[in-house]
Amino acid sequence: MPVLTYLDAIRQGIWEEMERDPSVFLLGEDIGVYGGAFKVTAGMLEKFGEDRVVDTPISESAIVGAAVGAALMGMRPIAEMQFMDFISCGFDQIVNMAAKIHYRWGAKVPLVIRGPSGAGTHGGPYHSQSNEMWFVHTPGLKVVAPATAYDAKGLIKAAIRDDNPVIFFEHKFLYRRIKEEIPTGDYVVPIGKAIVRREGTDISVITYGAMVWTALEAAQDLEKDGISLEVVDLRSLLPYDEETVLTSVRKCNKVILLHEDTRTGGMAGELAALIAERAFEDLDGPVVRVTAPDTPVPFSPPLEEYFLPNAKKLMDAVRTLAEF
Amino acid sequence: MSTNVIMPQMGESVAEGTVVKWLKKVGERVERDEPLFEISTDKVDAEIPSPASGVLTKILVKENETVEVNTVVAEIDGEAARVATPEEKKQAAPPATVPPALPLPSGVKAVTRVAAPPQRVQGEGEKIRSSPLVRRIARENNVDLTLVHGTGLGGRVSKKDILSYVAQSPIGGTVPAAPRPIPSAARQSAGPRMAFSSPTEVLAMTPMRRQIAEHMMASQQTSAHVATVYEVELTKVVEMRAQHGAEFEKRNGLKLTYTTFLIRAAVEALKEFPIFNSSVEGTNIVYKRDVNIGVAVTLDTGLIVPVIKRAGEKNFLEIARAVQALAERARGKKLSVEDVQGGTFTITNPGAFGSLFGIPIINQPQVAILGVGGIEKRVVVRHDAIAIRPMVYLSLSFDHRIIDGALANQFMGRVKTYLENWDEPVI
Repeated sequence: MPVLTYLDAIRQGIWEEMERDPSVFLLGEDIGVYGGAFKVTAGMLEKFGEDRVVDTPISESAIVGAAVGAALMGMRPIAEMQFMDFISCGFDQIVNMAAKIHYRWGAKVPLVIRGPSGAGTHGGPYHSQSNEMWFVHTPGLKVVAPATAYDAKGLIKAAIRDDNPVIFFEHKFLYRRIKEEIPTGDYVVPIGKAIVRREGTDISVITYGAMVWTALEAAQDLEKDGISLEVVDLRSLLPYDEETVLTSVRKCNKVILLHEDTRTGGMAGELAALIAERAFEDLDGPVVRVTAPDTPVPFSPPLEEYFLPNAKKLMDAVRTLAEF
Repeated sequence: MSTNVIMPQMGESVAEGTVVKWLKKVGERVERDEPLFEISTDKVDAEIPSPASGVLTKILVKENETVEVNTVVAEIDGEAARVATPEEKKQAAPPATVPPALPLPSGVKAVTRVAAPPQRVQGEGEKIRSSPLVRRIARENNVDLTLVHGTGLGGRVSKKDILSYVAQSPIGGTVPAAPRPIPSAARQSAGPRMAFSSPTEVLAMTPMRRQIAEHMMASQQTSAHVATVYEVELTKVVEMRAQHGAEFEKRNGLKLTYTTFLIRAAVEALKEFPIFNSSVEGTNIVYKRDVNIGVAVTLDTGLIVPVIKRAGEKNFLEIARAVQALAERARGKKLSVEDVQGGTFTITNPGAFGSLFGIPIINQPQVAILGVGGIEKRVVVRHDAIAIRPMVYLSLSFDHRIIDGALANQFMGRVKTYLENWDEPVI
């Protein structure tokens, strides 16, 4: 099996879907001639032509608006946000149009909005956010955030084929750091299904995106101390896989919710509520969150490091909870 | 900030308590809820946990001194030990119970000390730190959480603790070589090891000893004690235990003990002869609706009789569970005042220590007490042949003021018949 980076896996997924389905097309800033700021769409203009790989003005509102319109006309647009931070300029088109059209008229909006999110690359406050929760709180959307190259390819394909608007959060820190063997040939990873990345017995760490790797690193270190972590990768945030979360909580009876996003109103709070509602009598300790603090992502590298959760911070929380 | 440690009130009618032993010295550090001293009262003996964390700065009541409840017996200085974090300061004075919280702001290790109730000796209403999961496991396995040793933060009973407690429930089932019908504590010590400096050494009775002494004399002066002794064959009971002991234990997590059989037999007889479940008040006989069976349990320090309430309404399994729970609480010094009150009939077990049978003193204000001798195989005559059968002597002391010998013997006949022809299912 060929080894692909996380970035190449996304690129391959898009490429294969464009070959498979002529209604799939790309639009975004510098995605054509330049091949995209991170080169996710490199070579696509040459292969698929300028009708299907459209460079746009710097206007996220226009990009999303055009994509929603095209989707309503039966196309399957993939809109790239150069950084997910800038998605807010297209916010109204997403939350008031794309998300609600199906509920108002029963029309399909098969639209994918994708782009790089997340910190760890010293990008500062405008190029590092984990802003997935803006959309997780919007019924009518689907939100995914893959952690592995395999999932990145499988989920981008599932997103393209889905008849609902899907917001696809890529993690820029993983783009070239994650390399995996990817099976050749077509496969999809279903939206809404989490996966247990590592089986464990003592504490369940539920996370997604780049933090999956942080959790796995901590799990390996903690093994020496005789603490067995289970790591659950949500993969999809809306809808999210309640049953896999609850099964893991019921198995380990202690749970840590880990994410790179800031604390208040984060996915961890949602999961904590689910666990309290449906697994209260399975808890042997408090539900613990390990997240970034409630501030913008700092530009200064030492401050960014302080801001981001990491394996050490997770291990401290694990040890405290293990003793509880 | 210093905290006063007081002599707790161990039940409504208890006015004073004796400090038996200090478990910490002045100047030593003590954690909140760590055992600080042992007390003895008329009703119960108990270990008293520290109401606060800090350094024990003053001991105001010496060992073996008796003081009224609410007397300050010691002082703990909470700040001498270390500078309290702002979080801890916020939690203010000890008696306030703060709900468990474990904030972990983005990986920063910060453990909030969680306050627990200052006294953990009273069985009823006692708060044990656990978790929703632990409480569920306890409920499903009928475990009294006060009996489970907590190893979590601040003595919290964790999942691990309760699972190992449940797993450790005793095994067995066949006839033991030396059966011990009533779960009794370790052998009663013959008193303290004496180091004589003169021909005699004078020691004050413990409050419990004093209470037993007064109670026994009062009983002998009150009731007209007469005793009758029956020999009972336990073949059927032994067979039941052999056949169903393992299954009973697997299903219920407790041993199928002789005690439960004896209590059931006594309950049946008490239902048939209600005068044995009465007391005397002046010239009246007061019959009791509820059959509450006291079971004498030997302790290192004396004797205590926890009571199985409404045994007449309980089935075999419920009685077995109640016996086990009470015996554990008695040994753990965790009996509440309610646990030892309200008995209407008592069973005692001199056989546990090898006695053939004993003639017990009635536990006032009751009117009869059943003594169970040692169970052992004896040679008996059956169908004009010599047979070997598991046998026991049962003795009944009864109050001849209201019960005549004929009635007592009918009562014992009923007990004997019930045991010898046991046909009540135990599973």
